[in-house]
Amino acid sequence: MEPLLHPEPHPAETVLLSKRFRLPNSRSIDTFLANGGFQSFRKALAMTPDQIVDELKASNLRGRGGAGFPVGMKWGFVPRTGAKPRYIVVNADESEPGTCKDRVIMQYDPHRLIEGCLIAARVIDSRRGWIYIRGEYRYLIDLMDQALEEAYAKGWLGKNIQGTGFDFDLSTHSGAGAYECGEESALLESLEGKRGNPRIKPPFPATSGAFQCPTILNNVESYAAVPDIIEMGGAAYAALGVAKAGGTKLTCLTGHVNRPGVYELTLGFPVRKMLEEVGGGIRNGRKMKAFIPGGSSCPVLTGEEAWEATMDYDAMAKLKTMLGSGGVVIIDDTTDMVKLALRIMRFYKHESCGWCIPCREGTLWLTKLLTRLDEGAANAHDIDMVGELAENMLGRTFCALGDAAALPTISIVKKFRHEFEAKIASSSVSMTGAGLVRIHS
Amino acid sequence: MADPVTLTIDGQSLQAMPGTLVIDAAKRAGINIPSFCYYEGLSLQAACRMCLVEVEKMPKLQASCTLTVAEGMVVRTESPQVAAARKQMLEFLLTNHPLDCPVCDKGGECELQDMVFRYGAGESRYTEIKHHVDEKQWSPVVFYDAPRCILCYRCVRVCDEGLGVKALGVTHRGAYSEITPNFGDHLNCDECGACIDICPVGALTSGIYRYQTRPWEMDHVGTVCGHCADGCKTTLSVRDNEIVRGNNRDQSGINGDFLCVKGRYAFDFISHPERLQSPLIRKNGALVEASWSEAIKRVGQRLNEIRTAGGKIGVVGSNQTTNEENYYLQKFAREGLGTPHIDHQRTGDVASLLDALSGSAAGLATAEDVYESDAVLIIGADLSQQHPFLAWQVRANWRHHQAAVYTVTPGPVREDKVAISKLRYSDGDPWPRLHELAADLKTRKRLVVIFGDVIKGAAVGQLVEFGASLGIPVQYICLVDYANSRGAIDMGLHPELSPGYEPAPEKGMSMDQMLAAPDLAALWVVGADPLGGAALPPGTFLLVQDLFLTDTARRAEVVLPSASLYEKPGTVTNGTGQVQRLKKALGVMGAKTDLEIFALIGRATGINVGPAQHERIFEEIRARVRGYNVPLPVIATGGAAATAAVNGRVNVEARPDLIRSFGDTLFTSGSLGRYSKTLASVLESPGQLYQSK
Repeated sequence: MEPLLHPEPHPAETVLLSKRFRLPNSRSIDTFLANGGFQSFRKALAMTPDQIVDELKASNLRGRGGAGFPVGMKWGFVPRTGAKPRYIVVNADESEPGTCKDRVIMQYDPHRLIEGCLIAARVIDSRRGWIYIRGEYRYLIDLMDQALEEAYAKGWLGKNIQGTGFDFDLSTHSGAGAYECGEESALLESLEGKRGNPRIKPPFPATSGAFQCPTILNNVESYAAVPDIIEMGGAAYAALGVAKAGGTKLTCLTGHVNRPGVYELTLGFPVRKMLEEVGGGIRNGRKMKAFIPGGSSCPVLTGEEAWEATMDYDAMAKLKTMLGSGGVVIIDDTTDMVKLALRIMRFYKHESCGWCIPCREGTLWLTKLLTRLDEGAANAHDIDMVGELAENMLGRTFCALGDAAALPTISIVKKFRHEFEAKIASSSVSMTGAGLVRIHS
Repeated sequence: MADPVTLTIDGQSLQAMPGTLVIDAAKRAGINIPSFCYYEGLSLQAACRMCLVEVEKMPKLQASCTLTVAEGMVVRTESPQVAAARKQMLEFLLTNHPLDCPVCDKGGECELQDMVFRYGAGESRYTEIKHHVDEKQWSPVVFYDAPRCILCYRCVRVCDEGLGVKALGVTHRGAYSEITPNFGDHLNCDECGACIDICPVGALTSGIYRYQTRPWEMDHVGTVCGHCADGCKTTLSVRDNEIVRGNNRDQSGINGDFLCVKGRYAFDFISHPERLQSPLIRKNGALVEASWSEAIKRVGQRLNEIRTAGGKIGVVGSNQTTNEENYYLQKFAREGLGTPHIDHQRTGDVASLLDALSGSAAGLATAEDVYESDAVLIIGADLSQQHPFLAWQVRANWRHHQAAVYTVTPGPVREDKVAISKLRYSDGDPWPRLHELAADLKTRKRLVVIFGDVIKGAAVGQLVEFGASLGIPVQYICLVDYANSRGAIDMGLHPELSPGYEPAPEKGMSMDQMLAAPDLAALWVVGADPLGGAALPPGTFLLVQDLFLTDTARRAEVVLPSASLYEKPGTVTNGTGQVQRLKKALGVMGAKTDLEIFALIGRATGINVGPAQHERIFEEIRARVRGYNVPLPVIATGGAAATAAVNGRVNVEARPDLIRSFGDTLFTSGSLGRYSKTLASVLESPGQLYQSK
């Protein structure tokens, strides 16, 4: 397996969040403490919750899980007092295909995440937090547990942290292998020991999260970015990025690129520079056919559309796609787009929780339909139907998983229809009678 | 209270309180928004996406079952976009649905069929292979056909929230999701069948009903369940003079959505092979079949002999005959036979309660009060076992209004789960526990006290005093066992009481005294089995009217086969004092209603105490029996009319020793339960797995 992290950062990277990643024994709390660890937390202790939230707002830090909701605003919604306890939950259920950034944080600098949680706890006066880690990241749960143990041993977690009178407990919680549990409310259900179905919203976690208590729930990278913001100030952090999206983002270059890996790039980084310089160009010097900006749930861009784009929320929205989670997938011209559509749909069919009709039935139907199209056992009407069915799911499902399945499908059919047509044209499968019907699951 | 908001639905301006769901607000305005998973009273799902509506200023269609009303909101429920969404949702639903409507039990009463008919597409675009899963049997009475299931989770919710059982959950995920028992691969539950009733499609089917008939081939008879005293309405579906199904189809009864295993399945005793279908008379020491005329002739002769000789005649009435029959029986006994010795098996001390409440502001509670009261105190009763509908009301009250529930019982009960205080007592003495609760009870706004046969005799008065000392409005329910246990005492099947708790003209012997009387010349037992080990004096004429050859009937001289509550018209009074009408579902060959039998005996003995016709008797009851002047329209339309409080002293000798509940469970019902094949099957083989034939 190629390493996710290259031995040296690329010169075009802005090393901030990843500043301790490459230190020897970076995982240990001693390394962390020797390199500025927990200083932001100390600083935060001297600040009022409002001051912390104001810095976050000034930083333009947007949620790194994919939706990009402003973190400062989210933390500002959560009540800080009241009879109910308040909780911190870390979404480490990193399952979006193409995304592999949170694991790097937890693998190379787990204490940074702990520090982020401590600052969040400070804001809402929380005493308890959980790091919900996807079940498949078994090894990371162990690493994270070691880090937590160290933090407890050194008095950075538990009762009366560093004599400040501040108490905070933090532990890991293993997911059981469901993409859906990356959806925040399904994550909370799972955390509470229930089946990982999403909840009806509102209420949102800010008012009724874990165990019906006010909860800050953010992605690993969002928490991990907080110590830098406290250290350097919100304005300085914001200045690294673009308007309405501050700072840096771990970007996972995957797919047909010469130098795949996780890179820390500023928001608004040009795609061309990212691919040509950081990524070392398209594999085998081929042409980029398609580009997925941030995980498989984003609408696919054609190579032409992508080259001149920049990696930030607004620029991607203008292209009718999303910055997403930072899981960039580069697709060269050897790729069969019908197969890609099928592969994506099979993933969502497998991961649909089954709660609501359109997602549950739509993903299975589309999988069957795309399988047939892939084999050429279809006609032009079926191509239209793929788009129509996906449109019928879009915006009508209970949670965003249905949209995540529909959006890439719609974009692929729209932008690469000729590939579907070519499949049908070159097929030898009879299009009459029962030959049309094939068994797939 | 907040001010109502004004919103517009389909151009209609209406007002609703903040917090009202759009789907409810629309319904109140006469606008029906289709839905599968939304079910009033159960938690919200928003899973079926059928109720999506267009709301101005919102980019996406909104689920009206979770969207609350807001000032100035403009909703459209029939726009082209909404219609298209519904059509598409149904298209998705039908992809893996087997469309086996021609053989599906639900065909004709299926919400999915209706929905597709009204909103669905005319043709199917789905040409892929459907995902098939084999049908499963979860219990003798519950089958699950996963492909038909639309995963609305109504069954999961009604079992968890309504019944407090939580027998069902979901397994697998995505399109392969299935409803599944939480207890391994079979149900370990109340077998109430609520999941079957609430299923909008044919996914959950009833073991006894499946593949028997088409729904439109049956007559649906809404009557009152003949088992416990809760008085639930059950709809018996009859085809060719045979009850094929019992369910809660019209949901118009006091029980709303609720029906237990007995109300749903335990009608089958009526066709048990041991059911008496011919009179029996004793000849040469053995009971042999005889014609009605011969049997009635023998009864007439024997009774007249005894009357002429001035012999003592004892009459034991039933907990499971109608008010009209009970009234007529005591009248026949007192005025016709001239005997004061009349009683029935008493299962709760209603008389003492009414006496204690006389002149008091406290009153009797109904099941509705159990749902609405601020607090409920349960003393010495396992409601979920013996009075499942009251238990359902307690849970619903807790769920919907966060009622404070207190249990004071000898052992754990299911209501403990919703109780803020669960106290155990020993040696049959709940009083120390009750006194512990007093301070807390005083903080409540209103209290309903439900008590079993642990509180009887003088203790009832003490309980009412205890209630009065709390300083809050208190209502009581004295639990009794059977469908017309309350009607039996109300109608004066009591040695000291005439109908309406008036003192009897002459005090007679109670049941135990009759059985012990050395000079008892005749004992007439109607729908009861009082004899046990008692030996009647030799030569005593024992006449029994019953459905089955009970232990008492075995020793009778004449046994007359009678009809059950499902086979006769009339009225019954439930444990909380509400009168409801019975409708005759069918007739069983050979059996006659007790009222018909009384008339025959009247003719044979030359006794005439008025027309033995149920409407005429009910008129008399309404006119003469205290508390029973109930509004006829309510009764006639199948409603439940509460009897008025007696509100006067009830002077009877307290005989707590005679008051004893039979202690039935969910799966037993006095002498009738054992003749129900279905009750026996769920009792003997709970969750037994389907053996392929």
